[in-house]
Parts: sequence; C-alpha cells; structure tokens
Amino acid sequence: MSAVADKYSELQALGVEVFSCSVDSHFVHKMWNDHELSKMVEGGIPFHMLSDQAGNIGRAYGVYDEAQGIELRGRFIIDPDGVIQAMEVLTPPVGRRIAESVRQVQAFQLVRASKGTEATPAGWMPGQPVLRPGPDLVGNVWKVWKPNE
Amino acid sequence: MEEKPQGCARVTGAVLGSPPSEDTPQTPPEVARKEERMSARVGQKAPDFNAPAYYRGSFKNVQLSDYLGKWILLCFYPGDFTFV
Repeated sequence: MSAVADKYSELQALGVEVFSCSVDSHFVHKMWNDHELSKMVEGGIPFHMLSDQAGNIGRAYGVYDEAQGIELRGRFIIDPDGVIQAMEVLTPPVGRRIAESVRQVQAFQLVRASKGTEATPAGWMPGQPVLRPGPDLVGNVWKVWKPNE
Repeated sequence: MEEKPQGCARVTGAVLGSPPSEDTPQTPPEVARKEERMSARVGQKAPDFNAPAYYRGSFKNVQLSDYLGKWILLCFYPGDFTFV
C-alpha cells in the first residue's frame, strides 16, 4: 500500500481517487498506518483504507479467497460513470506495479476524451501516437505503428 | 463520508443495491449465489458498496456511488502488516 501512496500525487493530478481494501478492521488499518506505513510514506497513507471484514465487497469483485479468508491482490480501474474499465488480480506473493495502473488510467482517459474515436496500441505511453480505428486503418496499422518502437 | 461514533460492533463492508434474493425453488441456490459473487467484469457497472474506512486520522464511511464523476483506483490486498 505504501507503493500506491507513493504514486498518490500523480494519481490525484489525473483526478483519480484511491481506495484500498482488506479484511482487516479500520482500527487495524490505523495501527498499520501509524506504526509502519507512516515510516515509509511521509505523512502516512493519504487515501481511504476500507475495511471488509466479512469479505462482502471482495466477493462482489471476485477477489475473496474463501479458503484463506483473505482478499487477493485485485486492482480495478473504475471510470466516472461507475463502469469497470480494467482489472488485474494477483496471488499474494507478487506485488503490483503501480506505474502500470497510472499508465492504464492515462490511456482510458485519452480514449474517453476522444469519445471512443482513438485507441492506444500495445505498450502505448503518454505522448506516443494513438490509433484512429476506421476503414482506412484496416490492414494499415503497420504504416503507423510498429511493435518495437 | 460522515464520521460516525465508533462502537464495538464488528462493522464491515457491505455491497449495496439489490439485496441477495431469497432462493426460489426454481433456481438452484448454488448457481444463484455464484453469479452474485462474480459480478465484477470489465465494461460492466462496478458493484456499489459501503464500508468503514480509516482516513487521515479519523474513521469515515465510504460509499462508492458517492464518487461517481471521478476515476477510482480500487486495490484489494491480503492483509495489513503483510510484507509485499
């Protein structure tokens, strides 16, 4: 969670609100913040840390592990209409790469701003060319985009 | 988002919207429940929820639908004081 907090100002600049969620109580969230996370992140965790002790939210999002009674590393990008645009679920031992979440948000924001007229090719980074799907692009992607550039 | 008095009851997150329907004789309960569980999919509405939260020194209640109009990054993780 400290890794997410580290990118928080970048996410805020993009207009993104962050929520973390686990089966711990909000009291334990406070203890974790006060005793550990605040030592890794200046000022402590800046976003809401949600408590889902019964796993209800985790079940609704398909990330609650009934056998272990924990929530898997699920990450969801939800757009301003409340629609899930992206999801990624990892088993516990491997952490996320938050920079990739930031990149995906930027890509979805670009597509939304273009009202669906633009799309981002594989590996797209902000500032790089986008694709404009239409009759002229069919069979011609090779002219405007190469996988190794 | 309001700050609520903190009792000792074991409060937890709850999914909002249609409450789990009573099992009807026609639908096998197992199937019905499974569908309800796996309702999060890309391109679909995110399940709304309400949950107690710790936020910058205080305890708040968060309802996802209060944040319509904003982009949301929702991150689940196995537990506090875990290593990764």
